[in-house]
Amino acid sequence: MDYLLPGISAGGQYALIAIGYTLVYGILRLINFAHGDVFMVAGLMMVYATTYMPLYVSIPLVLILTAVLGFGIERAAYKPLRSSPRMSVMISAIGVSYLLQNLALYITGGLAKVYPTIKFLSETITIFGSTTRRVTVITPILVLVLVVALVLVIRYTKIGMAMRAVSKDFTTSQLMGIRINTVISATFVIGSFLAAVGSVLYFSNYPSVVPTSGAMPGLRAFVAAVVGGIGSIPGAVVGAFIVGICESLIKGIPEISIFSDAFTFLLLIVILCVKPTGIFGEKNIDKV
Amino acid sequence: MKKNNTSKSRLSLYCNLGALLLAFILVLVIDATHNPTDMLVKVLQKVCVYAVVAVSMNLLNGFTGLFSLGQAGFMLLGAYTCAIFIIPDEVRGQVYGYIEGGSIVHVRLPLIVAILLGGLVAALFAFLIGLPVLKLKSDYLAIATLGFAEIVRTIVTWEKLGPVTNGSFPLSKLNTFRKALEGTPFEKFSLVTPYFLIAGICIAVIVLIIRSTYGRAFKAIRDDEIAAEAMGINLAHHKRLSFVTSSFFAGIGGALFAIFQASVSAAPFTSAMTYEILLIVVIGGIGSITGSVLGSFLFIASSEWWLRGLDSGKFLGISSPVFRNGFRLVVFSVIIMIFVLFFRKGIMGTKEFDVVKIGGFFKKLFTETVPGWLKKIKHKEAADQ
Amino acid sequence: MKKVIALILAALFCVSCFALTACNGDKDGDVIKIGVFEPASGSNGAGGKQETLGIQYANSVCPTIELNGKTYKVELEIVDNQSDDSKGVTAAADLVNKGVSVVLGSYGSSVSIAASPTFEDAGLAAIGVTCTNEQVTAGNSHYFRVCFLDPFQGKALANLAWDMGVKKAFTLAETGNAYDLGLAQSFKTAFEALGGTVVANNFPSGTADFSSYVATAKSEGAGVLFAPTSLTYAQLIVQTAAAQGVEFPLMAGDTWDSNVILEAAKGTSLNINVTTFYQEGANKEFDEGFKAWINGSEINKTNNGGNDIISAVSAMGYDAYFVALEAIKKAGSADRAAIKAALPGVEYTGVTGLIKFNATGDADRTVAYVKKVNTTTGLWDFVKEQGVN
Repeated sequence: MDYLLPGISAGGQYALIAIGYTLVYGILRLINFAHGDVFMVAGLMMVYATTYMPLYVSIPLVLILTAVLGFGIERAAYKPLRSSPRMSVMISAIGVSYLLQNLALYITGGLAKVYPTIKFLSETITIFGSTTRRVTVITPILVLVLVVALVLVIRYTKIGMAMRAVSKDFTTSQLMGIRINTVISATFVIGSFLAAVGSVLYFSNYPSVVPTSGAMPGLRAFVAAVVGGIGSIPGAVVGAFIVGICESLIKGIPEISIFSDAFTFLLLIVILCVKPTGIFGEKNIDKV
Repeated sequence: MKKNNTSKSRLSLYCNLGALLLAFILVLVIDATHNPTDMLVKVLQKVCVYAVVAVSMNLLNGFTGLFSLGQAGFMLLGAYTCAIFIIPDEVRGQVYGYIEGGSIVHVRLPLIVAILLGGLVAALFAFLIGLPVLKLKSDYLAIATLGFAEIVRTIVTWEKLGPVTNGSFPLSKLNTFRKALEGTPFEKFSLVTPYFLIAGICIAVIVLIIRSTYGRAFKAIRDDEIAAEAMGINLAHHKRLSFVTSSFFAGIGGALFAIFQASVSAAPFTSAMTYEILLIVVIGGIGSITGSVLGSFLFIASSEWWLRGLDSGKFLGISSPVFRNGFRLVVFSVIIMIFVLFFRKGIMGTKEFDVVKIGGFFKKLFTETVPGWLKKIKHKEAADQ
Repeated sequence: MKKVIALILAALFCVSCFALTACNGDKDGDVIKIGVFEPASGSNGAGGKQETLGIQYANSVCPTIELNGKTYKVELEIVDNQSDDSKGVTAAADLVNKGVSVVLGSYGSSVSIAASPTFEDAGLAAIGVTCTNEQVTAGNSHYFRVCFLDPFQGKALANLAWDMGVKKAFTLAETGNAYDLGLAQSFKTAFEALGGTVVANNFPSGTADFSSYVATAKSEGAGVLFAPTSLTYAQLIVQTAAAQGVEFPLMAGDTWDSNVILEAAKGTSLNINVTTFYQEGANKEFDEGFKAWINGSEINKTNNGGNDIISAVSAMGYDAYFVALEAIKKAGSADRAAIKAALPGVEYTGVTGLIKFNATGDADRTVAYVKKVNTTTGLWDFVKEQGVN
């Protein structure tokens, strides 16, 4: 239980980031390398916001600002490259990631920032005989609620329908009169918003923000998205829990604990080679 | 048509070779006149290292269209392989001081052999990892190779491998070109020259590969995989060839990197390093060899040398509180984003540096533009005083 | 009012220092440059900044030096080596080209090792301030160091744990980090020699979730968790241990001696012990002067982590600066070779004790200070001086 609980909690946080990857990939076929850094920036904004205002103002504010940031990145760095090859967009994503990290380095001066304590989340509780923070238990529940809400949005609202159409066929949906830019922006806004929620949960658990904080969780979340089948939201969630729990279990065995990250990547390579579409992914047929 | 071109291309070949020779002489002069710790020397050494790696990445990403992000991993393999064999015997015990039983390697190789071995080991691993990974599509390949690099980094620091890799402890006190050439007639030319020569040979080999039938096949794959396959190009074979060759040279680059630092640890070979190299390739122009070389020079020289003032509070004589730690990197990333968004083709695009073609441009530069600049600078200096 | 008192204290301290080291004289005249080779970013950024603060403060206290009847101004050339080996090489070359006479630094041993050949080529002597790895000074004649070494510190910590009655220890170190692993190894060797058992565990760089590691330490029945990590991880380990209600003590080396730890541990029920170079309160003059100087500038305060608690690395930086001055004085010039030749003969009693170099170039240190976090006040409590018999 001591290993399972943190695994589930980490899995939930990765799930929130993974959804951002999966949504963007589903529509743009782009690995948004900057997504992990958006997550980190959300953490930093929270640190600075709470020094000026109370928590109940700063949390919603940070969530909104992060969504705006995601929107801004898409407009500034990806939209101008919409007609260029996929490689350039991916390079642009790496560039944005580099920029965000360096900006964070400049602003924080290279010092680790302590994340503000959210009393309710970081209180210690005992569950099934193991002591942990409340956030550990809240995370999976909140993730489930958010995911269900998201699935409902995608299934029943107009914008959700548009998103599904665009991910099925980019050009045709454009011809059918769907405003592609609005749909893409909506995707980035939703993805960044969820990443911001994830960052509140994640940094409440591990309260230290450095410019590279986003890199590893970002990569793990991406692996989770691939394992679950990129493009599929339930897939991303299941994948995230698999990655989180495996990681946590491996860390518990001293002999192999240093391979916890290596295992995540090994899982990625194996999945890609054996079943590239992941657990829930749809089969893609290459068109000439 | 072809006949017409031959004399022209021959002229440009000679001119370019001449330019290269000139650069070589310049390097010799620099070596003879500079101290080993001069910034120019250190920067040029690092430029040579990065140029090899950037060109090797360009071979893969720019000429074959395989988007791989494993360069740091292959560099690490090359660096460690080379380093293990060039620790002087008398300090080996000391370097492996933390490892029970010390090093199990008791062979010491000449630098050149060790560098080649570094390349070969990287190539071997590339071959093995390429078997499953190269079947993947573009972005999946990128993320899989990125993952591979991270795995390699962890395995190297594994304590069970301590007797070979020294675990997490750095392999230090490595042999360098300067020490190796001490007492020989080439002693005076041991700073940049060896790096320049090795980098030059590596890049020349890559150029020859690109110009061969293999190179044409690579380009065909880049432009359209399906069409290339229809033309009878064996996709798997050529992709593997490109991947292994690229990794071989990345390994050599890594080995040079180890010699440059005279010590190696696994920590710097992160994905951030791969991104840096990728950005060099982008700045230089994806698909241009000379672009990558030029990109390495600009990137290293400005990040390590010219823009340093941005960090320490004073830049171009202006001091401002904005110029504090980390500002250099911010400016740098903004420049890169500008390149990525507005000058997508980089400095060179897919063109190559050609003395004859740009001769006219330079003529104009030296007769009109530069004197104008000089005048302006002189004015400014006068004003400052 | 506070400011006035602080100013008076600072002034008093300056005067006393002037009297002590006799570095009076007017400010103009020639300049001698001392290089500060420290990380200001990267994983060791926080520690590097505090070390630099100590050096800067020393420079503000004693900004001039008198050689052969002539007064020279001492200037610091500070470069950021980004805690990165390859960037460290060019940063070192930058210092060399700025014409420094002697170098101080770096926080973090592996950067020092990487930059060492550059200093050697330039004929520069370097004084390691808090790099505790053996390899920094071993086998060369230009690298010196004012602090103790890993084997010593590891032994001191092992003795401390043994004295607490601990029989089984759990160590936690970052893979790829020579400092962590070196200290963990030294601890293990010493602790096993005493008759204890050690469970060693490593985590990959970039880890944020330490709950599994702490849980393992608990389930292994460890009597102490020894985690000689860099500060970024230290903070997370402390928080995780607090969240899991850990009852056994946490121990670490000099890196943990920082207000970052105090902040993280305040209000918890943890028992955190560290060994370190300097104990606040050992030298009143230095403490008060340094605090006044830190509080006098917003930038300094930020670099010190937002408060005025003195880190041992700052005290070490302070001493290292004066060791460098002594060497310059002894050499009688700003000549690099002369300083290098003079350094082995330097003897200086600083705020952290006597500094005298042995044949390898290390200062002989015989005690480490043991400090404990007072979780109610959020300050350090002095425990004892720990030797290594």
